[in-house]
Amino acid sequence: MSMPYRVLLSVGTGVFAAVPAALAAPATMDVTVTIPQLKVAEYHKPYVAIWVEKAGAPAKTVAVWYDHDMKANEGTKWLRDVRQWWRASGRSLKFPANGITGATRAPGPQKISFTRAQLGATAPGDYVLVIEAAREVGGRELLRIPFTWPAKAGAGGRAAGKTELGAVSVSFR
Amino acid sequence: MKKRFLGFAAVAALSVLAVSPASAHRQWMMPSSTVLSGDDVWVTVDAAVSNDLFYFEHQPLRLDGMKAWAPDGTEVPIENKATGRYRSTFDVHLTQQGTYRIASIADALMGSYDLNGKTERLPRGTTAANLAERIPAGATNVKTAEANNRNELFVTVGEPTTTLFKPTGKGIELVPVTHPNDLVAGEAATFQFLLDGKPAADLPVTIIPGGIRYRDQLGQMDLKTGADGKVEVTWPEPGLYWVNVTTPQPGGGEEGAPPPIARRASYVTTLEVLAP
Repeated sequence: MSMPYRVLLSVGTGVFAAVPAALAAPATMDVTVTIPQLKVAEYHKPYVAIWVEKAGAPAKTVAVWYDHDMKANEGTKWLRDVRQWWRASGRSLKFPANGITGATRAPGPQKISFTRAQLGATAPGDYVLVIEAAREVGGRELLRIPFTWPAKAGAGGRAAGKTELGAVSVSFR
Repeated sequence: MKKRFLGFAAVAALSVLAVSPASAHRQWMMPSSTVLSGDDVWVTVDAAVSNDLFYFEHQPLRLDGMKAWAPDGTEVPIENKATGRYRSTFDVHLTQQGTYRIASIADALMGSYDLNGKTERLPRGTTAANLAERIPAGATNVKTAEANNRNELFVTVGEPTTTLFKPTGKGIELVPVTHPNDLVAGEAATFQFLLDGKPAADLPVTIIPGGIRYRDQLGQMDLKTGADGKVEVTWPEPGLYWVNVTTPQPGGGEEGAPPPIARRASYVTTLEVLAP
């Protein structure tokens, strides 16, 4: 971490010297997705898909939380209920997808991090992180958080759901 | 291929009448899903003939001519068939990824002949294969016209494919410009209709949203194919839509005189439009 700091100092950007963290170009996006606690008679943890959109490029799925460990891959049957994601990207994937799919998550703030390469954000430009949740015997909700790359270190965008998602925020480091 | 169609046309010909434009009743199929995920899933289809869409309340659709094809073109079985008083139902096991076709295709011959100074109609169930035996000796002035009826559904597991859309060149067929399993409310979709393999210009296309029973207005959309056989529709809301394309028929002549025998073709499909 000290290397880029020194390099940048040497080109004379002394103004930033007080906040060295800002000097390193962020390489990672940290995402916090809050799964809301719901008072319902029958609760199942939601299926959640997270993907990245960029104008003119195919959507890129970065995470899918679903019932990945059912026998005979049966949990895939409800993936289509995460319907915007299914159309944008899901239907062209194979499940389980290495490095993308994982178990459903419990209510509370859930953290997940992506590298710039994972996000498919290698080219500078405007992107949107999309988070969609669909719950068995429940509803569906989708949130969008625009971001640009290169990103500034620190807090990025945030959005708040009303039904199936709580607060969702991104930050860069 | 041709031979197989004719083989079941005789039994399927009964259903031809159900969809004829003279009848107010609508022939329809209602799938349990059209957009699916998973490696080993099923679709259940209800099939009936009724006024209201999609409520089985009049006659079942006969399943004799029902067939299904997997995305790779192989025919797959129609399973768990049952026909009740008001509807038929069956399942198709979807083990491949891609778009399946489920269709009831009926090709029949309509027509007339003169015998002993009287004009007689060809009986129901006449096909090109059995025409000779259905015309009595001594009949003259034999007139026939083809009647092709297709009632079909598309369902897709995973990514939509178009391998099954190669036209047969018979009757009215749908060619996707927009894939029929990729429809979303508020978006426009374009389909091309062919008649005997050629773009069908100026054909009336009727689209009716399901759920008729619980609203006052039918909500019918009356469209027409362009010179290229294409029609564009913007889906007002999510749900199932019944789509019917029928060749216009000549009206009756003088009082009591039967309308002239004309070639007829009819197409029915049910499309599912998803919420955005």
